[in-house]
Amino acid sequence: MRIVIGEGSCGIAAGALKVHSAIDAFANSDIQIGITGCIGMCFLEPIVDIYEENELKARLVKVKESDAQNIVNAVKENNLSLVDYLKISDEDNSFLTQQTRIALRNCGIADPENIESYKEKGGYEALKKVLTSMTPEEVIEEIKTSGLAGRGGAGFPTWFKWNAARQSDGDEKYLICNADEGDPGAFMDRAVIESDPHNLIEGMLIAAYAIGAKYAYVYVRAEYPLAIVRLGKAIEDATKENLLGENILGTSFSCTLRIKAGAGAFVCGEETALIESLEGKRGMPRLKPPFPAQKGYENKPSNINNVETFANVPWIILNSGKAFASMGTETSKGTKVFALTGKIRRGGLVEIPMGLTLRDVIFNIGGGIRNNKKFKAVQLGGPSGGCIPEALLDTVIDYKALSATGAIMGSGGMVVMDEDTCMVNMARFFLDFTTKESCGKCVHCRIGTKRLFEILTRITDGKGKEGDIELLEELCDSVKSGALCGLGQTAPNPVLTTIKYFRNEYEAHINEGRCPAGECAALRKYVIDETKCRGCTLCAKKCPVNAISGSVKQAHKIDTNKCIKCGLCKSNCKFDAIEVK
Amino acid sequence: MCENCSKSDLTLLNDVLKEFASVRGSLITILQKAQEIYGYLPVDVIYYLAEKTGNTPAKVMGVATFYTQFRLTPVGKNLIMLCKGTACHVNGADAVEKAICDYLEIKDGETSADGLFSLKTVACLGCCSLSPVMMINEDTYGSLTPQKAVEILTEIKAREEA
Repeated sequence: MRIVIGEGSCGIAAGALKVHSAIDAFANSDIQIGITGCIGMCFLEPIVDIYEENELKARLVKVKESDAQNIVNAVKENNLSLVDYLKISDEDNSFLTQQTRIALRNCGIADPENIESYKEKGGYEALKKVLTSMTPEEVIEEIKTSGLAGRGGAGFPTWFKWNAARQSDGDEKYLICNADEGDPGAFMDRAVIESDPHNLIEGMLIAAYAIGAKYAYVYVRAEYPLAIVRLGKAIEDATKENLLGENILGTSFSCTLRIKAGAGAFVCGEETALIESLEGKRGMPRLKPPFPAQKGYENKPSNINNVETFANVPWIILNSGKAFASMGTETSKGTKVFALTGKIRRGGLVEIPMGLTLRDVIFNIGGGIRNNKKFKAVQLGGPSGGCIPEALLDTVIDYKALSATGAIMGSGGMVVMDEDTCMVNMARFFLDFTTKESCGKCVHCRIGTKRLFEILTRITDGKGKEGDIELLEELCDSVKSGALCGLGQTAPNPVLTTIKYFRNEYEAHINEGRCPAGECAALRKYVIDETKCRGCTLCAKKCPVNAISGSVKQAHKIDTNKCIKCGLCKSNCKFDAIEVK
Repeated sequence: MCENCSKSDLTLLNDVLKEFASVRGSLITILQKAQEIYGYLPVDVIYYLAEKTGNTPAKVMGVATFYTQFRLTPVGKNLIMLCKGTACHVNGADAVEKAICDYLEIKDGETSADGLFSLKTVACLGCCSLSPVMMINEDTYGSLTPQKAVEILTEIKAREEA
């Protein structure tokens, strides 16, 4: 038997490295200990798997250092009952069994730092097939049959972009992978690179062959140090085995792959801004046309896809485009990976066939809302997307159906919110983000988002005015139509969708001076429930501004004029007597 | 160049310049390496790099100020990167930020008086399932509460002072 420890960023943050060294300390050399990337069940990290050959014998969850000895003994004595108490429950396991994994097929299974591990799972077979038996045109045709669309957010047909780059004149062409996963709340691409870097390399090589590119770049955001290290090692290993470089696998196809680390700018997720950044400049979008397929990196024909798009390619080549297209809906084929987070019971990475509903993902796979709270909304597409309310939970996951709600498919961030989340503040949160991240090139985005942010701040501060909602809507329209790039054009989406589905919350803030979710501090009102208060005086002692009065064993009162809404009284009350209104 | 500018040891940049100065499109990489050396980008380093890479100082400064990774002032011994991504926001990152600010008596972007900590809020660290999250130097801390965050800082402080 061998022990495999999940060491993606989430696992490491939860303590996987400590568990690893504790296991090392107890095990002697005859026990095989390995690592894998992100299993996707972040809510159960650290995770330790026990394998017999290639069969998973036990998955142990929320493992602590103190469990190391038991784990080692269980393996040594071939007695897994010793670790029964750590085994994953059937209910939690259903998080995985309800998924269909293509892009993530090796995540949490293969060892990301070992090329042999990838090869054992059929790795680089698709590349061999392409180089030895398919023309570039046939590859593009296969991708066309698959219906694969760009997983970065816009959903543009992948074959079309490849074909445009192939048809462009010029010998020097570039292939670029967009791994600048800037959408706050999304971590699919990080997981793929950290857990299965060779899959990305293979997908990129197939694309490079199809468009005729000799040079490829992966633009990774600097916040992902582990991804950069593992991808670097994978490139080195693949080069040694002649899977990268000159005359790959003895054919006439040559391609080099380099990593470029980004330096932190959300706008660099926009393809032309990314190209500017690759050239070492400020990442400001270019006017299109010309499109990158004609004039991209160094003004040469270039093709850009995101990580997840490439991660699907080797599977499609080996299993046929038809097999991929058999999953999904009429207009959206294959699977999509989502990063399920927020107020969800089981958060992590979810890959499902298109066509499932949002309810399936949030309630069946994610297990619904934490702490028995009520579902309020789900945010898709980050700062370019929108909030979808409960009434629309049966919307199917499909590019068209999601766009019809006002949100977008996006790159895969799926943040779930409960009744305690204020939707006006949510819109403000995203506009704060876009204001800071706007590159400043065009007026509509630079100033428009700023003004939107100011109005939203005024509303959450309790200083909203009549007509503010209409003003927001008008401003949103002009930013949408006037901004230069996709990011500016979609920046108003969080505002528009929250107004569309949660207008009553805006009205409560403006007209009644009330935040229905109780989140906006300026509008919060702390009140003591006299029937619950025992007069213990603790709150009065804790209050930093002496706003609470009352004598011992008598119900206390809060002077709302003095109250600074710090919440200390509520967090200290032992009788749950303080309410927020 | 100004008279009051910092006087950095520019010879430390020799290796970086040797490798990258003539490679087109390497300005961001060079600035990243320079920041690794000095901890931030001193003004004299920016002028020097401009000269050596054939750019104007304005262009180098433009790139340095565009990306959030680059700093123009020195940071404390421990850099706290507090995530304020969507998942962290929904799970209470604001309260954690307030607790850290109160404890260290600084605001976002500032360094504590003892020089031990600098606080920087960032857009997303990609550990959304463990939100709210912060990174201190290379270590990630998840599932934070205001209390837990202060405990972690207290512990680091005690270690530094020991």
